[in-house]
Amino acid sequence: MVKQKTRQDSLIRMVIALTLITSISALILSWVHEQTKVPIEQAQNNEELKAIEAVIGNDFDNNPYQDRMKISTSHGKDKLDLYIGRKDNKIKAIAIKTYSNQAFGGRLELIVGFNILGQIKTYKILKSNETPGLGSKVSEEKFKSQFSGLRPRTSSFRLTKDGGDIDGVTAATISSRAVIDAINRAYKAYQRFRSGGKYE
Amino acid sequence: MTGYLSIFIAAIFVNNIVLSQFLGICPFLGVSKKISTSAGMGVAVMFVITLSSIVTHLIYHNFIAKYNLEFMTTIIFILVIATLVQMVEIILKKTAPTIYRSLGIFLPLITTNCAVLGIAVLAIQKQMDLMHSVAYSLASAMGFTLAIILFAGIRERLAKTAVPQALQGTPIALITAGLLSMAFMGFSGIIH
Amino acid sequence: MNKKVSLDNLTRGIFRENPTLVMLLGMCPTLGVSTSAENGFGMGMATMFVLILSNAMISMFKNFIPDRVRIPCYIVIIASFVTVIEMLMAAWLPTLYTALGIYIPLIVVNCIILGRAEAFASKNNVWQSVLDGIGMGIGFTMSLTVLGAIREILGAGSIFGYPLFGTAPKSLLLFIMPPGAFIALAFMIIGFNKLRGVK
Repeated sequence: MVKQKTRQDSLIRMVIALTLITSISALILSWVHEQTKVPIEQAQNNEELKAIEAVIGNDFDNNPYQDRMKISTSHGKDKLDLYIGRKDNKIKAIAIKTYSNQAFGGRLELIVGFNILGQIKTYKILKSNETPGLGSKVSEEKFKSQFSGLRPRTSSFRLTKDGGDIDGVTAATISSRAVIDAINRAYKAYQRFRSGGKYE
Repeated sequence: MTGYLSIFIAAIFVNNIVLSQFLGICPFLGVSKKISTSAGMGVAVMFVITLSSIVTHLIYHNFIAKYNLEFMTTIIFILVIATLVQMVEIILKKTAPTIYRSLGIFLPLITTNCAVLGIAVLAIQKQMDLMHSVAYSLASAMGFTLAIILFAGIRERLAKTAVPQALQGTPIALITAGLLSMAFMGFSGIIH
Repeated sequence: MNKKVSLDNLTRGIFRENPTLVMLLGMCPTLGVSTSAENGFGMGMATMFVLILSNAMISMFKNFIPDRVRIPCYIVIIASFVTVIEMLMAAWLPTLYTALGIYIPLIVVNCIILGRAEAFASKNNVWQSVLDGIGMGIGFTMSLTVLGAIREILGAGSIFGYPLFGTAPKSLLLFIMPPGAFIALAFMIIGFNKLRGVK
């Protein structure tokens, strides 16, 4: 009987203690959240802008990160982030975040810049699990520089191994193909955007 | 369907949570001296991870995202997981006392098994829908089970061999894990 | 006498009971983020922040928290501090925040923190718990930084991002890949045991 009593008492205490601690923590967290909301947004803005500038330069007077939209590639379900660089209200360049699931380490994410003619400016790898020293070489200038000025989705936009003009990274054909795959995907979104196709 | 197959192969072999993402290392090193216990641990983890991925997914999309409480995700998820583990413990104690006894103190430790929280958070970050996140978490947990059973198998043999004194205990276990991880690296590149 | 106890509580975590190398706690972040000295150091500091504050808080409320729900209470307290540091890092250290990624929310389940809450903070006063947190935090940070440095030097040929061997480093890639984490840690433990005079 006595045991039962103490259990009941402690049940109430338990509930009180838990509720109190949880609510205090929720309060503190909401306060910190309020305080850091703007700085976090700012930091994210700067990081994204850095990536965008790396692929389209800084010949724009708007904020491409704020001037962004989601645009679907032909499959509809697949949506990519597209950033527009404008100067004097005219579109100067487009940066698109894209990916490929055909990389050696699974998924590879990159951002690629296009000029208004649809030619590649350059790209930057954002996330990859490629083998360091082999597949990771797709982020090196030697491989990258071949892309500048090319137009994706043409017969020459392939590795030399596959009958195109691009020299793959030695011993990392799969990673090299994945970069091309990702850029082709981005180009689909680019074309949709240029033709005024559906975007949301 | 191939989508699901590649999720399974990727999570079990290519990006094994223990050997390439380092989630769930504590039980991996702690409960791997015998194959039977490690198999029990594997099953328990599989159950908890899959269950928690369903619950956390529902809570995230129907509550957290709706009320813009993203900053509370970690705290809510860990509470959900702790509650689930408690429930599993009670159920196991009632229905399977043998497993319960052999897992002993390690069951409460599932709460602090970072694989459980890690997978729940990763599934949200990867913006998976419910079915994909269930497949992903089940597959990841299967990867954990495979790794821990293989590891226990090697350690059982290792216990019977003469290991240099300096390596005895943890160091040899870590080196073994390193070799196992190296072997799993051979799987990368198999999904295309 | 009192001073000696305080000093002991402070230094225990650094050497004699080093959480990583002796107690083998918090292995996931240890292996996961030690790809470079900088990441290891950042992770160590973030964990130390949570450890000190949660130790202080838990010690403060130890008489208020009922025994049977102490673990959930500890977890809520720890998770709160983790979320705080997560938001602070996202705001002011975005690069490190991205590099540490998933391992930041996972500080919640770092066994060191819950372990110290249970083994120390729930039995000692606030001041001693803070000292314990500082000591354990330093021990953890040191281990992670050294492990990160070893892996970075061997695997990438640099230290804290500065190249050591010129522009074209010859390096043992294995060490920045997952298997290298296990192997480097194994040898670090052997070395540390020798240093402590344990056979």
